[in-house]
Amino acid sequence: MSRPWPWFRGRPARPILSVMDSDEELVLRLRSGDERAFIGLVERYQEPMLRLAASFVPSRAIAEEVVQDTWLALLRGLAGFEGRSSLKSWLFAICVNQARKTGTREHRSVPVADPEPAVDPSRFDGTGHWADPPEHWIEAAERRLEAGKLAHRVRAWIDELPARQREVVLLRDVEGMTSDEVCTVLALSEGNQRVLLHRGRSRLRQLVEDEFREVR
Amino acid sequence: MRVLFRRDLVCQQAVELVTDYLEGTLPRRARRRFEAHLAGCPHCTEYLAQMRETISLSGRLVPEDLTPQMRDEFVDLFRRWQSEQQ
Repeated sequence: MSRPWPWFRGRPARPILSVMDSDEELVLRLRSGDERAFIGLVERYQEPMLRLAASFVPSRAIAEEVVQDTWLALLRGLAGFEGRSSLKSWLFAICVNQARKTGTREHRSVPVADPEPAVDPSRFDGTGHWADPPEHWIEAAERRLEAGKLAHRVRAWIDELPARQREVVLLRDVEGMTSDEVCTVLALSEGNQRVLLHRGRSRLRQLVEDEFREVR
Repeated sequence: MRVLFRRDLVCQQAVELVTDYLEGTLPRRARRRFEAHLAGCPHCTEYLAQMRETISLSGRLVPEDLTPQMRDEFVDLFRRWQSEQQ
């Protein structure tokens, strides 16, 4: 699937950084020493990497160091980056490796052993049918999002997820990476990745529902 | 009243299959059972829509802006790196 780099070559470097610039274009410009291209990548990935790193290490300050090291590794490794994976996967993989080397938080040990229901069992009757069914909130959530009043809550809910679920949700749903990419970056089996994704998304859905329940 | 077959899913089982369903990893027969359940269950249909909405909410988050101070620090980092190259 990877596109050979020369495909992009010969395009004139744009003077102004645009949100439409692809990572690949920014990397090409960065290779020719374009400072703005570097800042463009930092704008795109500093915060996402910080959130990811924070789930491995015990403090924000250490997470910041990890991410700074990741940027240095990007600059140093730029010449060797051949675009076989997406820049995003490459960056996040470096970040996770740096974090693991540094990380002292013990959350790696037990993977997905304990069962964790997607929905509180008390919401079903004795036969497994809904006793307390999901309430409607999609339209309300959309309105609140449009009003700019929901995104920060969603951020906070994702931060509340258990670390391993959070890592998968961040990469899959926030960053839009494929399950293959996420398995590689986080060194997870496909099955475990899916279980963590399921639990993370299920918890998140519950948190959104709770939010709109309180409003009524 | 609908006859409940032994192979029919109940809601509590259906909600556990949502991610496999969305990931396209349910075997064909299991997918058919899941869809058959949805067809008769508005609550689980709503639940599936909410899971999709949840994913979509996450997908629409955008990174916070860099502070001017952070931006300056990264410009410094880049320039230091560049000068090391020469």
